[in-house]
Amino acid sequence: MVTKRSKKREEKLVKAAVETGGSQTRDIIRAFMKHKVSVVALVVLVIILIAAIVSGFIFSEEQITAITAAARLQPPSLEHWFGTDAFGRDVFARTVYGARYSLFFGLTTAALSLVIGTAIGSACAYLGGTFDIVVMRIMDSLVCIPSLLLMLALVAVIGRGMHGIIIALVVTSVPGTARIVRSIVIGVVQNEYVEAARAAGVTTPQIIWRHVLPNAFGPILVNILMNISGSIISASSMSFLGMGIQPPTPEWGAMINDALPLIRTSPYLIVFPGIAVLVTSLCFNLLGDGLTDSLDPHSR
Amino acid sequence: MLKYMIKRILFIIPSVFIVSVLTFVVLSLSPGTPGQAALGINATQEQIDAFNHSVGYDRPLPERYIDYMAGALQGDFGESYTQHNDVAAILIPKFPTTLTVAFLAVLFSAALGIPIGVLAALKKGTAVDVGTTTIALVFASIPSFWLGLMLMLLFSLQLGILPSHGIGTWKNLVLPVATLALPSAAYVARMVRITMLDEFNQDYVRTARAKGASENRIVFIHVIRNAMMPVLTNLGMSFAGLLGGAIIAEQVFGLPGFGSAILNAINMKDTPIVLGATLFLSFTYMIIMLVLDLVNALLNPKFRDSIEKA
Repeated sequence: MVTKRSKKREEKLVKAAVETGGSQTRDIIRAFMKHKVSVVALVVLVIILIAAIVSGFIFSEEQITAITAAARLQPPSLEHWFGTDAFGRDVFARTVYGARYSLFFGLTTAALSLVIGTAIGSACAYLGGTFDIVVMRIMDSLVCIPSLLLMLALVAVIGRGMHGIIIALVVTSVPGTARIVRSIVIGVVQNEYVEAARAAGVTTPQIIWRHVLPNAFGPILVNILMNISGSIISASSMSFLGMGIQPPTPEWGAMINDALPLIRTSPYLIVFPGIAVLVTSLCFNLLGDGLTDSLDPHSR
Repeated sequence: MLKYMIKRILFIIPSVFIVSVLTFVVLSLSPGTPGQAALGINATQEQIDAFNHSVGYDRPLPERYIDYMAGALQGDFGESYTQHNDVAAILIPKFPTTLTVAFLAVLFSAALGIPIGVLAALKKGTAVDVGTTTIALVFASIPSFWLGLMLMLLFSLQLGILPSHGIGTWKNLVLPVATLALPSAAYVARMVRITMLDEFNQDYVRTARAKGASENRIVFIHVIRNAMMPVLTNLGMSFAGLLGGAIIAEQVFGLPGFGSAILNAINMKDTPIVLGATLFLSFTYMIIMLVLDLVNALLNPKFRDSIEKA
């Protein structure tokens, strides 16, 4: 009897939450569309994403790394928009192809740190007590280690390349995500409707899934977008230091590292891949910025 | 008050413990043994085993950790595998360079970022606000190694007014510090702007306005004073990033700091140097945060209360 009644009440609550959630989403989208710069950033990101995917079908990895001695070190021209490098490879093709790596790092890290950070953060917020204290202490301590240093140390252990970079990026971004999720969850849990749901007998995992996470989604998404931007910069920095992706793979940081001896004679080899990192990470930041404003009911 | 300060100082012990255990355990998972790193590929298995035994590497991990920390707390970070010298003796001469670059970068990012952030907050919604905020976002999105290279291209290779490499005069520090300070200033400006806008919404601002205080008085006497503490804490936190980021600036501009030592050590699989450098910089950061928290507690009764309640 009790369960039946609470089920009904819960359904009502869920319906209410879903309804407000739905209209909220429309409001947020409308507010976001007013942010012209963020909309442009979104369009640019979609173009970069498409370019990254398409370039994988047009070029093979061998074509991108093949050496053409006759065409070496040509400055930017109509034929080679970004010029050619010391091995006669087209820098434009390599830069476009490089988006595959940066986006892969950014998005994979974001997804992993979202899953892990949300699990840790909401567990801490919900369980509280010693578990919360111990886990958050560990998270805070991780932040005490300068993140680039922590990443380098992890790469030293795991080895250079994809795995090393991704694990290093995830380890450094999880504490921030966990902390934000934790504080959001604690904030949401204090709301009356959660209390009502609990009084109605809704189980804890259901409350987290149906009430807490949907409300926490916006701020977490903003955090994730900023994270992607940071991860793209960090991944290219590690490759630049020779601790990430190795040449001849056209990762942007690795391309810049490769061209360092030629900085005097062929600076374009360094300029263009760097602009690619800048534009990509800037777009994710702009997207996050616009979303922050549109999620804030006061500024809508 | 004294109780809080003692509590806060004791609070650093679990942090030191967790950071050191994490770093120690993670780095002990590195492939290869000290014998392999020190003796090279021509050594026989017996020689390697003998070396590992002589440095105590064949003991269980917890024992090695306790041994290491007992030394580390007295300033002995063990011996390098590849250079026949103490880790502390290798790293300490390099520390001033890294610290100077990071410290100057914090200073300049505050000097540049705080006024810009205050200005943007005061002119909220105007072209000045949008302009500075957008420029700040661009700088926050620049990878610092590339910014360094661009500055080098412009000021060293094109204009020839600043040296691109080396150390010695103050001129050598200008570009590395700018490389770190510009993105950091962008971050500071954004943070100051948000903190100021938050403060403007506080009740005390409304009260001051109701009592007829001038807008200048509200900004300079009330808001800025209240906003400074969170800003200072944030500056302290960004210092950790700059200590790490200094590695990049040092690599780009060829400064002999922690950066080259760490990167070399990783290449040579010289774990004690990586471990020592990581712990050294982490402890530096923890001490800075400790000092900031104590200053904060001394100046801000609100903060003190919230800590004592927790």
